[in-house]
Amino acid sequence: MTERKNLVVNPVKTCQPLGAVLACLGIHGCMPHSHGSQGCASYLRMQLSRHFREFIPTTTSSFSEAQVVFGGSGNLKQAIRNIIHIYKPQAIGVSTTCSAETIGDDAEGIIAEMRGSGELPEDVVIFTASTPSYKGSHVTGFASMVKSAVDSIAVKGAANDKINIIPGMISPGDIREIKRLLALMGIKAIIMPDISGVLDAPMTGKLKLYQDGGTPLEEIADMANSSITFALGQEASLPAALGLEEKHGVSAEMLPLPIGIENTDRFIMELSRISGKPVPAQLEEERGRLVDMMLDAHAHWYGKKAAIYGDPDIVEGITAMAVGLGIEPLYVLTGTKSNRWEETVKTIAPNAHVINGGDLLTLKDLMKEQPVDIMLGNSHGKFLAKEMDMPLIRVGFPILDRANLQHFPVVGYSGAAWLAERIGNTLLDWKDAHVPDHMLELIM
Amino acid sequence: MFNELEERQDFIVIKGRHKKAMKCDSHSVSGSVSQRACVYSGARVVLNPIADAVHLVHGPIGCAAYTWDIRGSLSSGSELYRRSFCTDLKERDIVFGGNERLAAAIDKLVQLYAPKLIFVYATCVVGVIGDDLEAVCKAASSKYGIDVIPVQSSGFMGNKAAGYRAACDALLKLIEPVNTDNIGKSRSINYLGDFNLAAETWIISNYFRSIGIEINAVLTGDSEYAKLKKTTDACLNIVQCAGSMNYLAHKLNDLYGMPYIDVSFLGIQDTSESLRKVAAFFNDDDIILKTEEMIKSQTAKANQAIERYKHHLCGKKAAIYVGGGFKAISLLKQFREIGIDVVMIGTQNGQPHEYDTLQELADEGVIIVDDANTSELEQFILEKGADILVGGVKERFLAYKLGVAFIDHNHNRKHPLSGYEGAVNFAKEVYSTVCSPVWKYALDQGGDSAR
Ligand code: SF4
Ligand code: SF4
Repeated sequence: MTERKNLVVNPVKTCQPLGAVLACLGIHGCMPHSHGSQGCASYLRMQLSRHFREFIPTTTSSFSEAQVVFGGSGNLKQAIRNIIHIYKPQAIGVSTTCSAETIGDDAEGIIAEMRGSGELPEDVVIFTASTPSYKGSHVTGFASMVKSAVDSIAVKGAANDKINIIPGMISPGDIREIKRLLALMGIKAIIMPDISGVLDAPMTGKLKLYQDGGTPLEEIADMANSSITFALGQEASLPAALGLEEKHGVSAEMLPLPIGIENTDRFIMELSRISGKPVPAQLEEERGRLVDMMLDAHAHWYGKKAAIYGDPDIVEGITAMAVGLGIEPLYVLTGTKSNRWEETVKTIAPNAHVINGGDLLTLKDLMKEQPVDIMLGNSHGKFLAKEMDMPLIRVGFPILDRANLQHFPVVGYSGAAWLAERIGNTLLDWKDAHVPDHMLELIM
Repeated sequence: MFNELEERQDFIVIKGRHKKAMKCDSHSVSGSVSQRACVYSGARVVLNPIADAVHLVHGPIGCAAYTWDIRGSLSSGSELYRRSFCTDLKERDIVFGGNERLAAAIDKLVQLYAPKLIFVYATCVVGVIGDDLEAVCKAASSKYGIDVIPVQSSGFMGNKAAGYRAACDALLKLIEPVNTDNIGKSRSINYLGDFNLAAETWIISNYFRSIGIEINAVLTGDSEYAKLKKTTDACLNIVQCAGSMNYLAHKLNDLYGMPYIDVSFLGIQDTSESLRKVAAFFNDDDIILKTEEMIKSQTAKANQAIERYKHHLCGKKAAIYVGGGFKAISLLKQFREIGIDVVMIGTQNGQPHEYDTLQELADEGVIIVDDANTSELEQFILEKGADILVGGVKERFLAYKLGVAFIDHNHNRKHPLSGYEGAVNFAKEVYSTVCSPVWKYALDQGGDSAR
């Protein structure tokens, strides 16, 4: 395998603004605004649309040559005025594109200037995140926007009886599952951002620019008054939690995404510990059913080798889950570089080849040297899976070639059950499709 | 749902007795949810089907990640074009310039894939930091003896149409003939503006083969370096997607005296007319005879197949929202062929003369709009009671939420829509979405258009 410093082939990441836009969509009444050329906004919307299969609103400053020479301040101001006038949002989350950053536009400063001049209505919250893509990835863009929203909206008041959960870049189905777990435990929580009810909104015959879901602004404000913040996943969630700790003294605790039985146990135990509430019988039973399922199928996946790739927090969770099933993660790869992630994954799967900040060509080179039995990751891996002749379980972002997966959680015991079913039965399907006729078995 | 900006009123026309000059081809309003794409995107979709080329995006990762294998152009040979290559610029490059990084990336690509042709796409950032793409590409060309061609596609320099021009300029560099003796000497034609989406190029090539006309080069569906190099051998250029390829056809005419004719293989009527036009150019009795025979048998076959769907579709209403005016015109005719009334027509980048044609062709009361934003689309679709919307991926879910059926006439189409087969597919695709039982449930949920 040759070193490649200046060339990415088949990336396992995309640019910061995409994450920033996604974060805004999880805030009720918030319009994501992309400060830069219209092409970027168009691409972000297209990619998010393909993944979530939903309509994605995002406005753009629509740069032309003039902005490159004179700066984009005028465009941003005009855009903000127009957005308020036409789309009547409760909040606007401004992210910057590469070109806006390169010409040196200071979005935060420009908005402050507008505020100062008194032209902005009091009841529209505007926050900004600096998200040039020559740094970080869509995951860091997401983290920055969540942090910016929380930083600018949360206000200290009387203590509430809630906890904060920053769930990270997970699907609407995942968020629904976390809410269900919290309800079973009888714990009140503010989940921010919350894309459930937005990116899995029901068909109503109306095109709502602002869906019913999303974390309400009042709740974000109240995050300063909760007892604790759980950041699920370091890369996407921790920065906002630390911001709350620093500014408002709400203690921050980092937990891995509750993917797989052990991470879910940890999540539930932590919830139980901080709330002083026992784990309800229903959850015990759910866990029992999951273990029973794992018993029934463990021989189907035991000792199989896997390649896991995608965004750091999810990949970390999937790796832990795989280890728990007795699958051997041979390659674990993320496109978003993070040293903390590398260390953690190496402790979870000490024998794995961990690639911190790689692309799919790296993975292919490795798999050519020593192949695996199954791949777990986003849709872009399908060509590699076909070439190497192996099954691919689709998890993470983006999933462009399968519908409806967004609705099924991978977190919690039910998520683990779904993943176990997928992995086990996919391997059996694969076997059936590949054995000669006389080897086809009825009872497996 | 929300008010529109007054600035937008000049971009909208309702077909009436008098023609009105429409505003179009200008910049989107800041702060709108514009559906428009960028220069790079336009350039990339035109060049991407060149299968054995390396398509290297010089810029930050997003521009490359979003355009990775997004167009369903098929190749009969190399799969190199389906990979995503990017210099993934870092902060350091923004400060000190990305020339070195680009040169190093090209070195690596040559080592890894030994390509004969590399396109280097400029993105916005590269335009801002002022990297000298021309110089880096030139140096790499002579170092390796291959074609390394810069595509000047910085995103803010205009819209998608500007990207088409940037792509054509890159193509002109590629096809510049080394030996001018052969120009126009062969009896074959070039087919411009078909990108082999869902195998469309192959369908049309088959028609020509069976009437005795050879295709020299296709620009750019299922094309490769060696074939494109011989582009100027052909005696005629036929231009399908006028939006993207008109400029190239003009240039080839100016530079090498190559004649061209506009064709359209969308819909039965246009397909037949286009085949006749090309046959007439050759003025050869055998070709003309074969053409008429083929038109007769194909038309009968297609009409028979379409009839099955048509009676389910008569009286339904369609809204069109596509990239170029050329496509909108074809769709308008195609919907008529299957008995559907078009009630709204919009394009992202339609040109003035295309809007004129649309205004002539459209029925009374049809809404025609340039660069429609989301709220306009919603408003017109509901107001006009459209049953189906044709558009690109960003419009699909807008339509579904309204309870309106949808077909993708963009890069994501899954079935060929060209030629006689395409005309049947079109009817079938419209039928299978409009007549799906899912709309019954959507209606219960509050969807009010599709039935
Ligand atoms: S310029 Fe930057 S923000 Fe825009 S698409 Fe490219 S990487 Fe993303
Ligand atoms: S940066 Fe420019 S080239 Fe890249 S997607 Fe945005 S508008 Fe297009």
